[in-house]
Amino acid sequence: MQNHPVYTDNDPQSELSTLNLGPTHPATHGVFQNVLQLDGERIVSGVSTIGYIHRAFEKIAEHRPFYQITPLTDRLNYCSSPINNMGWHMTVEKLLGITTPKRVDYLRVIVMELARIADHIVCNGVLGVDTGAFTGFLYMMEFREAIYEIYEEVCGSRLTTNIGRIGGFERNFNSIAFAKLRKFLVDFPKTLKEFESLFNRNRIFVDRTKDVAAVTAEEALSYSWTGPLLRAAGVDYDVRAMNPYSSYEDFDFEVPVGTNGDVYSRFLVRNEEMWQSLRLIDQALTKLDKEPSDVFHADVPEFYLPPKEEVYNNMEALIYHFKIVMGEIPTPNTEVYHSVEGANGELGFYLVNDGGRSPYRLHFRRPSFINYQMYAPMSRGMLLSDAIINMSSLNVIAGELDA
Amino acid sequence: MAQIPNEELLKRIGEKFGEQVTLVGEPYGLLTVETSRDQIIDLLTFLKTDPALKFIFLTDITGIHYPEQEKQIGIIYHLHSLTTNTRIRIKVFLADGDVHIPTATVLWEGANWMERETYDFFGVIFDGHPDLRRILNVDDMTAFPMRKEFPLEDPNRVDKKDYFFGR
Repeated sequence: MQNHPVYTDNDPQSELSTLNLGPTHPATHGVFQNVLQLDGERIVSGVSTIGYIHRAFEKIAEHRPFYQITPLTDRLNYCSSPINNMGWHMTVEKLLGITTPKRVDYLRVIVMELARIADHIVCNGVLGVDTGAFTGFLYMMEFREAIYEIYEEVCGSRLTTNIGRIGGFERNFNSIAFAKLRKFLVDFPKTLKEFESLFNRNRIFVDRTKDVAAVTAEEALSYSWTGPLLRAAGVDYDVRAMNPYSSYEDFDFEVPVGTNGDVYSRFLVRNEEMWQSLRLIDQALTKLDKEPSDVFHADVPEFYLPPKEEVYNNMEALIYHFKIVMGEIPTPNTEVYHSVEGANGELGFYLVNDGGRSPYRLHFRRPSFINYQMYAPMSRGMLLSDAIINMSSLNVIAGELDA
Repeated sequence: MAQIPNEELLKRIGEKFGEQVTLVGEPYGLLTVETSRDQIIDLLTFLKTDPALKFIFLTDITGIHYPEQEKQIGIIYHLHSLTTNTRIRIKVFLADGDVHIPTATVLWEGANWMERETYDFFGVIFDGHPDLRRILNVDDMTAFPMRKEFPLEDPNRVDKKDYFFGR
């Protein structure tokens, strides 16, 4: 972070202007307000205000059975909701001691990596838009649509997916889903390559992003940053590599690390992560071929919601369905912390359970919330136009910020 | 470096703090200890700066409320040693009416908003915090909504009464 002179009220030069950046400015990507003190175009100080869409998720979660908490997690980071869903389901599985079959793990890896790509497409695309380049965004958006079509094939919905169940998936992946996935794997690399050649050595883009909002590794760690932001600052912490979940230990992938910690590094790290995600999906497809094709959930009838057609025709299934939906399933009296690598960083679930029908306390460690708190201090001394680009590069999602 | 076994970690803490830090348990392999508010900053500093432990990363700070306990309000810290890939959970319990605890912002800048959130939800006052204001709720709110005595729905609301819905 740069240090620039801060004018006091008695200073004759101190003709500062106050600017409300947000809450509904297009560049604030949601609803967060920053009250900035400007000396010309340079930011002297800033205060961030959040909470405009606070929906009390943690309070609501204390009143809901485990299954009904999944829709809440959908709405945290809505650009990559499957990661949140599965993170939550894996937390409950950890609590209940459920082991999932390998095929479920690999399918989860596929869906989570698709979600990561979708999230990075939006982030890097919008970063281009904020520097004045709309083309890249348009090129890439097509593939977010392709990813949404794959979700649609898997679970029927696109944005807030509610994908999966405790123990696996609600239904098996059909052949159309795999066909779309294979098509995506063929088509997307070409566009990603084109996107990179459009930006990586683009004079205007590099001038606007290089050395802007540079953060050192120490600062990033002190602010508890995670995800691409921390890695761009040179710390190779990735939950997938350090605490593998969902069989990530079976895969061969690299954790891209930047050097500068500036906006440009973050852009490059995200691009590189998309390549790694493609690698992971490709490996997962190969691994899936060796697994039995009809397995899509663990054999835990007391926790896994039975299929609807069975509920209508089978008494046993109806009883289980009722017990699970009403939260009458036996759960241990203990606490668990589980984290996954969300698109923005470590997404953690701290669940304290008392054996009741809903969690006694559920806390979401939301990466956007923790990443965003550095925004105001790091904007000090920056130009207003740089602060806009910096906000894009942080990829703060309002749903995750306010929860 | 390899993960530090829980027994060794507990031994190191025990050597330094003795009875001041007690073991709560190891749910799912995560060492959980409890300490008092007088010791918390010393314990966090020790864990962060000890060259063998290096819990340099503050994962999370949050609160919990047990209304039936004598010390009702709990503050829970999750730390992570990125070099040894070891995690630890630290709990401090405080009695209602005296919910003061020293701030961890002296060690991590990132503790700032986590503590503001804990203040907002549970009313925990972090002494020495540079900017202890509500963060997600409105400033003029008087309640601390994540405490158990506040129900999810406002009981004074009339538009959600059952008889309006024929129930």
